[in-house]
Amino acid sequence: MLSELAPRFVIDVAPYTLSGSVYGTLLNQRSALDALGAAAGTPPYHAAPQAPVLYVKPRNTLVPSGAVVAFPAEVDELEIGACLGILIGRTACRVSAAAAVEHVAGYLAVNDISIPHPNYYRPSIRYKARDGFCPLGPVTRRVDVANPDALAVRTYVDDILVTEANTSDAVRNVGRLLQDVTEFMTLAPGDILGMGVAAPAPRVRRGQTVRIEIGGLGVLTTRLGADP
Amino acid sequence: MRARVAYAGAIHSATPAASSEGEMAIQLADGRVVRESDVVWLPPFDCGTIIALGLNYADHARELAFNAQEEPLVFLKGRGSLLGHRGMTRRPTGVQFMHYECELAVIIGRPGKGIAREHAYDHVAGFCIANDYAIRDYLENWYRPNLRVKNRDGGTVLGPWFVDAEHVADPANLSLRTFVNGKLTQQGNTRDLIFDIPHLIEYLSSFMTLSPGDVVLTGTPEGVVNVVAGDEVVCEIDGLGRLVNTIVADDVFRR
Repeated sequence: MLSELAPRFVIDVAPYTLSGSVYGTLLNQRSALDALGAAAGTPPYHAAPQAPVLYVKPRNTLVPSGAVVAFPAEVDELEIGACLGILIGRTACRVSAAAAVEHVAGYLAVNDISIPHPNYYRPSIRYKARDGFCPLGPVTRRVDVANPDALAVRTYVDDILVTEANTSDAVRNVGRLLQDVTEFMTLAPGDILGMGVAAPAPRVRRGQTVRIEIGGLGVLTTRLGADP
Repeated sequence: MRARVAYAGAIHSATPAASSEGEMAIQLADGRVVRESDVVWLPPFDCGTIIALGLNYADHARELAFNAQEEPLVFLKGRGSLLGHRGMTRRPTGVQFMHYECELAVIIGRPGKGIAREHAYDHVAGFCIANDYAIRDYLENWYRPNLRVKNRDGGTVLGPWFVDAEHVADPANLSLRTFVNGKLTQQGNTRDLIFDIPHLIEYLSSFMTLSPGDVVLTGTPEGVVNVVAGDEVVCEIDGLGRLVNTIVADDVFRR
């Protein structure tokens, strides 16, 4: 069963394979924080995030572009989370924002799929860690990406453009996020760190196909399939 | 029971051997017998997804002033936080409350999805001790407990042994104990889990495929206390051994 699920990525740049550790970052796009508005300062949250708030997309969620993802029977809609992924190429521990980019192997489009949930107080494993809920696009080498902090992030559903964001909207840009994350946890070659999902995140229904395009990076296409 | 250790330039599988001169010895698969302090202990198996439970003992939930929840409080950890037996875990300068959490770790051996609780143990390969550190100073109310609290380097200690399931007669009746500098600070028994092992496997596999090497850290009982640099923290579970860790300060890491 694992072999069916294991990602079959072709990465022709070092480190050539993924470690399997993929992290997402909650509310790292200003549009997402703005969408919460005053609620971010009230219970149960009491304050907007101070340090990066990360979550794990485990290995059962990882699938390559072109995969058909099982649509959970109990819901009618899924939330699509287009997001820039940073692929780590060199061990990153306590890197400075200025030097962080030297630890990056490349960038990729990530589709951080969730079952819509209204509350971010508790970890949402049941909503975010379903099989296939983290499609990963082809990796583009870092040297081929002029500025990761100025990339258009476009989400198409059945070939219609439904949302457009830009990585320049990040609360912490690529360098700053790597600095603040590697202050408390080391990132290893093959780890992926997601830059956060913009609001509004589009929703899709059973049978629809999603295409995520981020700048000139490889396109990530996913069909949200029939019932599992 | 078997361990994974580094010795003399290679990584080995090892088993307990008769102790010599008061110190535990281990035997490497190639026959060599060495002192336990002469090897580097690694986490005893190749970890996949690390699944951790919060507030899964009623006494510990009370200790932290939480009401018991209807659904297991599950969070995931990254492999970068893993550490073996006799390792060092950093306590940052200036934090007020860093604590250990002695937990029974359940290691998945057979893949499965939609596992009914009565078949849950068919998917369990074995058990080990986990010490799941937390630094409460960094708690935020977003995906709480957030990873800055729970997923720090050296924050997930596993070992010393991988113990095959067939050698653990009743995983639902194992005593857990933590000693800080030799003083007993934490005590509990897995019979007091709010969500027991079959329930957790049924719950988790209802929405995610579990695979060999995935590990479930089942939560910690009452008795977490602050630890400081220089403290030796020993977590024990009946039949699984004793997992030793030392708290160190920033200077060790040149911070």
